[in-house]
Amino acid sequence: MTEHLPALQVVVPLIAAPLCALLRPGRAVWLLAMATCALCLLIAALLLDQVLARGVISYAMGGWPAPWGIEYRVDVANAYMLLVVATIGAVVMAFARTVVEQRIRLPASKQPWFYTTYLLCLTGLLGMIVTGDAFNVFVFLEISSLSSYVLISIGRDRRALTAAYQYLIMGTIGATFILIGIGFLYVMTGTLNMADLTARLPAVADTRTVRAAFAFLTIGISLKLALFPLHLWLPNAYAYAPSAVTAFLAATATKVAIYVLLRFFFTIFGAQFSFGTMRLDVILLPLALAGIFSASVVAIFQTNVKRMLAYSSVAQIGYMILGISLVSVTGLTAAISHLFNHALMKGTLFMALGCVSFRIGAVSLDRLAGVGRIMPWTMGAFVIGGLSLIGVPLTAGFVSKWYLILGALERGWWPVALLVLLTSLLAVVYIWRVVETAYFQPAPEGRATGEAPLALLAPTWTLALANLYFGLDTSLNAGVARRAAEALLGVGP
Amino acid sequence: MKQYSILRLITKLLLPLILLFALYVQFHGDFGPGGGFQAGVIFAAGFVLYALVYGLDNARRLMPTWLPRLGISLGVLIYAGVGVAGMLLGGAFLDYGVLDPHDPVHGQHLGILLVELGVGITVASVMISIFHAFAGRGR
Repeated sequence: MTEHLPALQVVVPLIAAPLCALLRPGRAVWLLAMATCALCLLIAALLLDQVLARGVISYAMGGWPAPWGIEYRVDVANAYMLLVVATIGAVVMAFARTVVEQRIRLPASKQPWFYTTYLLCLTGLLGMIVTGDAFNVFVFLEISSLSSYVLISIGRDRRALTAAYQYLIMGTIGATFILIGIGFLYVMTGTLNMADLTARLPAVADTRTVRAAFAFLTIGISLKLALFPLHLWLPNAYAYAPSAVTAFLAATATKVAIYVLLRFFFTIFGAQFSFGTMRLDVILLPLALAGIFSASVVAIFQTNVKRMLAYSSVAQIGYMILGISLVSVTGLTAAISHLFNHALMKGTLFMALGCVSFRIGAVSLDRLAGVGRIMPWTMGAFVIGGLSLIGVPLTAGFVSKWYLILGALERGWWPVALLVLLTSLLAVVYIWRVVETAYFQPAPEGRATGEAPLALLAPTWTLALANLYFGLDTSLNAGVARRAAEALLGVGP
Repeated sequence: MKQYSILRLITKLLLPLILLFALYVQFHGDFGPGGGFQAGVIFAAGFVLYALVYGLDNARRLMPTWLPRLGISLGVLIYAGVGVAGMLLGGAFLDYGVLDPHDPVHGQHLGILLVELGVGITVASVMISIFHAFAGRGR
């Protein structure tokens, strides 16, 4: 069965999703979804193991060989991404049961549909990563996007509906632009297979159509990954979605869009065309810096902590784009490493907030007063996630910041390195506001609440401890990330 | 709609033709234009026409809401099931050639027919469910 792993990675959650919808509401639905997520994680781990040992895996869908059929192609870069998404998918699914049962605007009879939608979203995200076919990327993008709009809209706050609608409009524009870009490439080359596109594009690269395709893809993907100033859909969507959904989407959806960006610009167009001819770095670098700076500042002034973290996500995406715009192995390592580290830290932070809102019912800053003493474990996880977000040594966040600064210095851009350090201080400010309120302000009278249930704490702490573990053992989030960066740039072994 | 007898009569005449045409588009899809998606939409359109003319209650009696809800899942499972069957019979996912051990071409026909059937069932069910969801608002 091992030769079918690339297909199974997508097929397993795809089959489990309709099965969840058929089951009666109850514990069994969650068990099936949880088992599916665990199986996805196992498959992703096996795939990464195979790729590291034996190199690129190619799988021909339906037995039609590439470039005619749809090829699933797994190299170090997407095996690494599969592991990130599958890990978060499994951890958040463990967290989701309690949230779905008690904190979502869905009657019990409709709760199985949450798991169906979640698994479909996971299918789409995994599919975008695993496929080696440009059009297939679009199809899976739509699967994941449509299901994520639904997931966001079931938040308890009625504003979740408008947030989801806003995201739907922006996301659809993004997806349409991506489709137009892919269509132009197909017109010029007659192929949709990524490897085949790489081979055929240089011959037609100097045409207006290909340049237009490049532009459409840049804007479309930037919308999906919420690059400043196209990030306006993100804060509301993250703030009003149910906490489990926010944790899942914040840690995966934008990351997968960044992976798509890497795949298109480094593998399909090639770094030479994207950054040598089209000078994409000249656009990305200022946008990344502006995004990091402005989103961090805006985050400081938020009163809703979930919204604050959402703005922080925009800033963190800026760091990844900054790493990409350095166009060096070190810079790309920083970006790819941050994909993983940011998933860990934001997963921890949003799940810790989920624990808080489970007990207190809100996550506005003034309601958090004194929570540090009432819910020591929850806030402990939040602090670890916060430290990792700031980039304190011995946490995962430090690893990517280190490579980012190293990459900037390599290029001799010391002002950029300085700005990265400076904006880390902004992160200190907004995390500190939460810590100060939670630990140093007295809890209001008459609030009888205790620690969050273990079913919520266990997944939260799993990710919190992972933040610490991957701060010390960097063989995966720096070692494998470096190999992925080398594979994307086409250098090294 | 009781007073529009012409409308009611024409609907009654057209309905079997619409459904038949849907089935034609469905099963003729691998020889001519068409396929599961189009067929599903045509099938659902026939149903929606019936609901518009004869009212939602009659339409619900014709097709209870649990049926399309089941169909949504069933279609996807047929699709994925055919793919997995190909995998179990020694081919790749969605490799129809291995479905018939004697004649790969026959296997290809069988595979695409079943997969398109899955697509058709899901699309028709989704369309009908969306109609139910909108038409049934405020009830």
